[in-house]
Amino acid sequence: MTPDLLTPLARPCSSADDVFALKVGLARLLCGGVILDVTTRDEARLAEDAGAVAVMALERVPADIRKEGGVARMAAVERILEIQEVVTIPVMAKCRIGHLAEARILAELEVDFVDESEVLTPADPEHHVLKHDFRVPFVCGARSLSEALRRIAEGAALIRTKGEAGTGDVSEAVRHLRQLARQIGRVRLAPREELPTLAKLLRAPYPLVCAVHELGRLPVPNFAAGGIATPADAALCMQLGAEAVFVGSGVFKSDAPAKTAAAIVKATARFREDGIVSAAQRESGAAMSGIARSELGAHQLLQTRGE
Amino acid sequence: MSRVAAVRVGVLALQGASAAHVNACARLGVEAREVRAPRELDGLTHLVLPGGESTTLHHLLTLFELWEPLRERHRAGELALFGTCAGAILLSRGCGGKPPTLGLLEAEVERNAYGRQVDSFTRVLELADEPGPSAGLTGVFIRAPRFVRVDPALHVLARLDGEPVALETPGLLATTFHPELTAETHFHRRFLALRAAAV
Repeated sequence: MTPDLLTPLARPCSSADDVFALKVGLARLLCGGVILDVTTRDEARLAEDAGAVAVMALERVPADIRKEGGVARMAAVERILEIQEVVTIPVMAKCRIGHLAEARILAELEVDFVDESEVLTPADPEHHVLKHDFRVPFVCGARSLSEALRRIAEGAALIRTKGEAGTGDVSEAVRHLRQLARQIGRVRLAPREELPTLAKLLRAPYPLVCAVHELGRLPVPNFAAGGIATPADAALCMQLGAEAVFVGSGVFKSDAPAKTAAAIVKATARFREDGIVSAAQRESGAAMSGIARSELGAHQLLQTRGE
Repeated sequence: MSRVAAVRVGVLALQGASAAHVNACARLGVEAREVRAPRELDGLTHLVLPGGESTTLHHLLTLFELWEPLRERHRAGELALFGTCAGAILLSRGCGGKPPTLGLLEAEVERNAYGRQVDSFTRVLELADEPGPSAGLTGVFIRAPRFVRVDPALHVLARLDGEPVALETPGLLATTFHPELTAETHFHRRFLALRAAAV
């Protein structure tokens, strides 16, 4: 892979590089937007009407997965088809980490993006799906540069910082965004001869470490996820360098989902302007009550799955 | 005065691949500024409507009251516009009037005309102005729309399998593909050379 993902497209052939560039291209088109978790066609319609840039089809929102427990799997095929039928914006869907067969089913359904997600119960404790084998693009969670680069090496065309899903507590999303930015900064400023050692320390492929050094950012976009519950939370993540936000339980666990969704869309589009974010915050429904990160035990964390 | 010094370029940056357009302009030595509010159009001669989700962009243009300022400034001959993919949809007469668009480009569009993301593709374009084998300009088509019912008065800059994919008329440029996602600057050059025309 070349560091500058623009280069392959100058060539007049449809190579593997071109396919990867198409995947990253779709991720770039989603920048500045809000991707909303939905479980039914009515929720999908509400999301589209509120200005969401895409919907994420799943069985249960993370807050319910947390509350009800049990094994969390890919959404029902029927449900995904229904959602695809009612919206024209891209439809994403989650598969379990390492669940090659769920991933293939989602590819067969022609979803626009597959999220190989730690929010679902991992199917393979050691390996992720080899995403380069697919024509459909994948997004994966990461808490650090190390994790992000391993996922990109496997073929992820988009990274989202993990945060702690289903809590409504944005603090872990913030921690992961800052961690990623700090590590990217170090790689960017490191002398070239230190890059091989950095690759070793990061347990990440050397060519990708070189790409980060040259670009000063990940070679694919980075969105934020996990605990975003208010317009202000979304604006905060954008101010910390996220290029778009995933909102899960935050909308449909608020007291007025349509208002909350529209307000988060508004704050995300113009996150630098205090007047706009403040107006959005006022227009939003009351936020989900949530669970503070400090109330969770280590075994209740989703973010540590699939490193 | 050089051509480059005479233009003041903005990129609509509410949602979509606006950063890639800013970078494409930078490769041509032009600093483009991001536009999110009507007042930020002041003083601009050129504006890019980037690719993104057309439904979302439509929602945000309504929310932030940008439809009329864009239409008026273009019609007054003050602002040349370049729409890529979703941006081209916004410029066009839309698809049967729903949802409403700027209606400045005399063509209709069919949204997601080639299918879902798995049907997205890259192809070498057939350039109208360059007889013989083209220079190998690649079009990046991502969930792309298709122009239909195109006014014959529009200048077709590029085709794919004989169908128009890039259209130009005084003050307007529209492509159903994404020149900003390639290292090529051909279409951005054409855009910066456009002169807004009163209509």
